[in-house]
Amino acid sequence: MSRGPSASTVVYFRPGGGALSTPRTMFEKIWSRHVVAEGPGGHVLLYVDRHLLHEGSTSAFERLAKAGRRVRRPDLAIATADHYVLTSGAVATDPEILGMVESLGRHTAVQGIVHFGPSDARRGIVHVIGPEQGLTLPGITLVCGDSHTATHGAFGALAFGIGSTEVEHVMTTQTLWQKKPRVMRVTVEGRLGLGVTAKDVILAVIAKVGAAGGVGHAIEYAGSTIRAMSMDERMTVCNMSIEAGARAGMVAPDETTFAYLEGRPFAPKGDAWARALASWKTAPSDPGAGFDRDVHLAASEIAPTVTWGTSPQDALPITGRVPDPAAAEGARRESMVRALAYMGLTAGARLTDVKVDRVFIGSCTNSRLEDLRAAARVVKGRHAVVPAWVVPGSGLVKRAAEAEGLDRVFVAAGFEWREAGCSMCVGMNGETAGETERVASTSNRNFEGRQGKGARTHLMSPAMAAAAAVTGRLTDVRTLVS
Amino acid sequence: MQPFTRLSAVAAPIDLPNIDTDRIIPARFLRKPKDGSGYASFLFHDVRFNADGSEKTEFVLNRAPYRGAKILVTAENFGCGSSREMAVWALDAWGIRAVIAPSLGDIFRQNCVKNGLLPVVLPGESVATLRRQLHERPGATIALNLETQKVTGPDGVGYRFEIDPFRKQMLLTGQDEIALTLGYEVAIAAFERRQRVEMPWLTAGRE
Repeated sequence: MSRGPSASTVVYFRPGGGALSTPRTMFEKIWSRHVVAEGPGGHVLLYVDRHLLHEGSTSAFERLAKAGRRVRRPDLAIATADHYVLTSGAVATDPEILGMVESLGRHTAVQGIVHFGPSDARRGIVHVIGPEQGLTLPGITLVCGDSHTATHGAFGALAFGIGSTEVEHVMTTQTLWQKKPRVMRVTVEGRLGLGVTAKDVILAVIAKVGAAGGVGHAIEYAGSTIRAMSMDERMTVCNMSIEAGARAGMVAPDETTFAYLEGRPFAPKGDAWARALASWKTAPSDPGAGFDRDVHLAASEIAPTVTWGTSPQDALPITGRVPDPAAAEGARRESMVRALAYMGLTAGARLTDVKVDRVFIGSCTNSRLEDLRAAARVVKGRHAVVPAWVVPGSGLVKRAAEAEGLDRVFVAAGFEWREAGCSMCVGMNGETAGETERVASTSNRNFEGRQGKGARTHLMSPAMAAAAAVTGRLTDVRTLVS
Repeated sequence: MQPFTRLSAVAAPIDLPNIDTDRIIPARFLRKPKDGSGYASFLFHDVRFNADGSEKTEFVLNRAPYRGAKILVTAENFGCGSSREMAVWALDAWGIRAVIAPSLGDIFRQNCVKNGLLPVVLPGESVATLRRQLHERPGATIALNLETQKVTGPDGVGYRFEIDPFRKQMLLTGQDEIALTLGYEVAIAAFERRQRVEMPWLTAGRE
């Protein structure tokens, strides 16, 4: 339900300007409010309200130190160890892996940046803890040296991933030179069917838009399906915007957003909360705002979805069959042939006949409490027939799940219940799948070698991954739940 | 940063679309020091080398005519996926100075500019023509002129490419971007004062 003023009575004013102006998108409002200076050719110097850091930020810290500079606004940064921490709970024996974790602790201490280190209960995946701590807020700009930063757009923030040089630039100046992207609206309407989740929605969006379809764009997700989603679900959708090529994905803030944020440790309190709320309610796109591109999907047409290839766009309903490259042409055909060879799949095979070797439930896409609940509902009373890991997104998610007894459901079913971290989504910490090992995974990328050299990844929802764990093959979760 | 002005060099064709940065540099190499020896060996590592460390003969950069390539001509969405700037560092370490593609991953494209590599986006048909010529004449050269925004193919046909003036200027001069931005200190400080008034809640929750 939109909380904005009605379209018939509203008059639009630019902050500070007062002139009547055309309706603006949420993206445009946030962008224009953060312009520090205009540069040539449409580039602007954009102010950054929040900078999230992890072990991958180490090289930027080192260059900063070498240049004799300091972090300009340590109070707007926060750091957590996620990519290189072992989720077994052990301390890494590989000196390079341990070095990444220790280096982050050292640099953040020198710079006076809040750091959730390995022993901090609040530690977790950077895109889980930002929202969880109330650091991610509507209307802000937020960046992180990680492409899944779009996750935070679920709160109506402009959030995007940056490279290491840009991380150093933000550390030093709290700004970035950016060229304004185009804005694409993806509208999903209707109710999702049984067993169909936010993950299936975003996989369907990527399949429709294509892995390059969102290049040069920020996406705003809209429509009744998105409005009905919880924050955990909206984060899953925004998270994978980059898999459609878009650096940023956003959802307009509403009562769901505000209810999630109120009372979080770093969220505004008291008078500040009231002022913030009043501002946030003006954040959504104005009625009639123009988008550069509009894409529509019907919720009723989205089924539980899995990927079969080595790009997130290679997604199909679980009821489908492995596609035949012969039906495609040119580079697409070549690409499909290579993908099927890498994945060890035969054209025409039923997806539900594909056996899996391992299951991974975790990652910044699907490691939040609702994800673990959805997986546990499928697992309860059943037993994993292949090795299966559950890696909660944060220490606090883990604690909350344990308070509900989810850990006992997983452990009773033979799953490993692990510590928080990025783990096997990307394997930087050494937690990888083996060569040709087939993984049913709730992560975000099925690229060649993503989960380990030669490892084969099928992306899916937590419920679908849980179903695969208890059957040992790709499974339509609807056959296991009622 | 190393400037980019013009370059005439051997170009290597990569025909598969959606080459992601995980493929350009696998995750296990991201913790390696950039200035350490052997950074170039991480480039495309798992599609370039066999398990025993020998070269895969079919991989384009392992073939004799392309060993000295300084330009890649790729298919759609090259450099998609992970924001890892190490993908650009590995390309640079190997000797690649420019990538020509119908489209490039947004973050990868930005990372190229930050390291003095020229990202060139041309219409798909033009890029396909260039790749075809490179296959027909292995070891053929392509000329790039950033000042005039022109690509000249092996057959001498020229293509104009678009690049926004900011990126162009940064590349031509090799300007250190942080040094440039530090010159905006007055504007940044003024913005922060205004932000404190307009959005006081941004710091109110911080202890």
